[in-house]
Amino acid sequence: MDFTFLWETFLKLLSGVPLTLNLALVSTAFGALLAVLLTLMRLSSWRPVGWVAQFYVFVFRGTPLLVQMFVIYYGLGQFRPTLQAWGLWVFFREPYWCAIFALSLNTAAYGSEILRGGLQAVPHREVEAARASGMWGFLLYRRIVFPIAIRQALPAYGSEIILMVKATSLASVITMLEVTGLAAKLISQSYRAVEVFVVAGLIYLVLNFAITRLIALIEWWLSPHLRPAPTVSSGAALHHA
Amino acid sequence: MLEPAPLTAATTPAVSVRNLRKSFGALEVLKGISFDAREGEVISVLGSSGSGKSTMLRCINMLEVPSEGEVRIAGEAIRLKDGRHGRQPADNRQLSRLCTNVAMVFQSFNLWSHMTILENVMEAPVHVQKRPKAECREEALDLLAKVGIADKRDFYPSHLSGGQQQRAAIARALAMKPKVMLFDEPTSALDPELVGEVLRVMRALADEGRTMLVVTHEMAFARDVSNRVIFLHQGLVEEDGDPADVFTAPRSDRFRKFISSHG
Repeated sequence: MDFTFLWETFLKLLSGVPLTLNLALVSTAFGALLAVLLTLMRLSSWRPVGWVAQFYVFVFRGTPLLVQMFVIYYGLGQFRPTLQAWGLWVFFREPYWCAIFALSLNTAAYGSEILRGGLQAVPHREVEAARASGMWGFLLYRRIVFPIAIRQALPAYGSEIILMVKATSLASVITMLEVTGLAAKLISQSYRAVEVFVVAGLIYLVLNFAITRLIALIEWWLSPHLRPAPTVSSGAALHHA
Repeated sequence: MLEPAPLTAATTPAVSVRNLRKSFGALEVLKGISFDAREGEVISVLGSSGSGKSTMLRCINMLEVPSEGEVRIAGEAIRLKDGRHGRQPADNRQLSRLCTNVAMVFQSFNLWSHMTILENVMEAPVHVQKRPKAECREEALDLLAKVGIADKRDFYPSHLSGGQQQRAAIARALAMKPKVMLFDEPTSALDPELVGEVLRVMRALADEGRTMLVVTHEMAFARDVSNRVIFLHQGLVEEDGDPADVFTAPRSDRFRKFISSHG
């Protein structure tokens, strides 16, 4: 084992971590917004709107992310005059925004299905109790439906975030020098594929370990009702009525 | 009162139901029910399963929208319109305002699982009625003390026994300061040894002179606590009267059979 080489590789790949995290976080954030929109469309009582969302999910879950990225990066270049006319070329000429665009559209499809599951599993009884208390429309969703749905969707959504961190590696094929992009570049210089990829893999592992811990913390914080009841002493300490 | 009522407040029924009909597909569950619940009345609604008693109760606060007929809360008719999926409330703001006058206690408690007991009780006063939070908190604590679970205020519903959850649900209903309380089989989901604690709270509410509509199988409650009994059979009112009268001398044979089979 050439530890010096491994250490140097590690330091070089580390400089790709900010871009990897940037791609993952920005596209997860855009994707989450789009996922909420798609979920609302999917659950809309106006059926054609639901069909549009369903078709979107069908296309983006049914095709590889790599293909989507190629289509956006190389394909949209053919429409350069139109995009320039619309003022969108400043985005689509940048590989960064093409990667963000592809990753966001892709995770939105999965995210909307996760949210739909969470929403549809909200107990009907709790919604009825809210309606009987005079809640309706946005208030009902803000106070009762969404808080319960998000708690139910969080474990699955956590997996989706981890998948997103790993999916950013595909951005390397459209010239992004994130961790995998840097690794490919190092390999073309050193021809030591195994060592470089093992180090890259370890970096993803550490990143995702941190993210799983963070998600577990959020889950813990949001679900005191799933933990055992407070002990008598702490309950008594709170009781000063 | 928002609309000028021709009758005085004392004679305006708290709830007034006229010709209430409800069908689920081809099945007609309610076939034309009319009654008035006056202020201070404690009405037990009895009937075998399938008689439509829960559906009738759920039509009063529009958890089920009646196919025909009218519901008035303190003299004000709930406005309905014909929508794409049959009849639906015409004005959600009006319905919301009237719903806070008609609190409901459910068979399976239906507390909000992601909120503490105190938050459950404060939710509607703070967010629907938009009353000051500090005042609602004080009232909520008083109500929890009243139903005997003040020490459970920071617990979540899943941490409580069924009887405690139902008492929390009663506190949640009371927090809206409703004119009428609807109870939909409030003790049916409870273990036998927990029924008593819930009935005690309900008896105390009846003694305060609250207007209550109670769908129940507890014959002792119907006989001893309520001051009026309505017996439904196949979607129609079959018997309606003072418990002292109807239990000793029922006019209907079906009610006679019903009481003999329910002890």
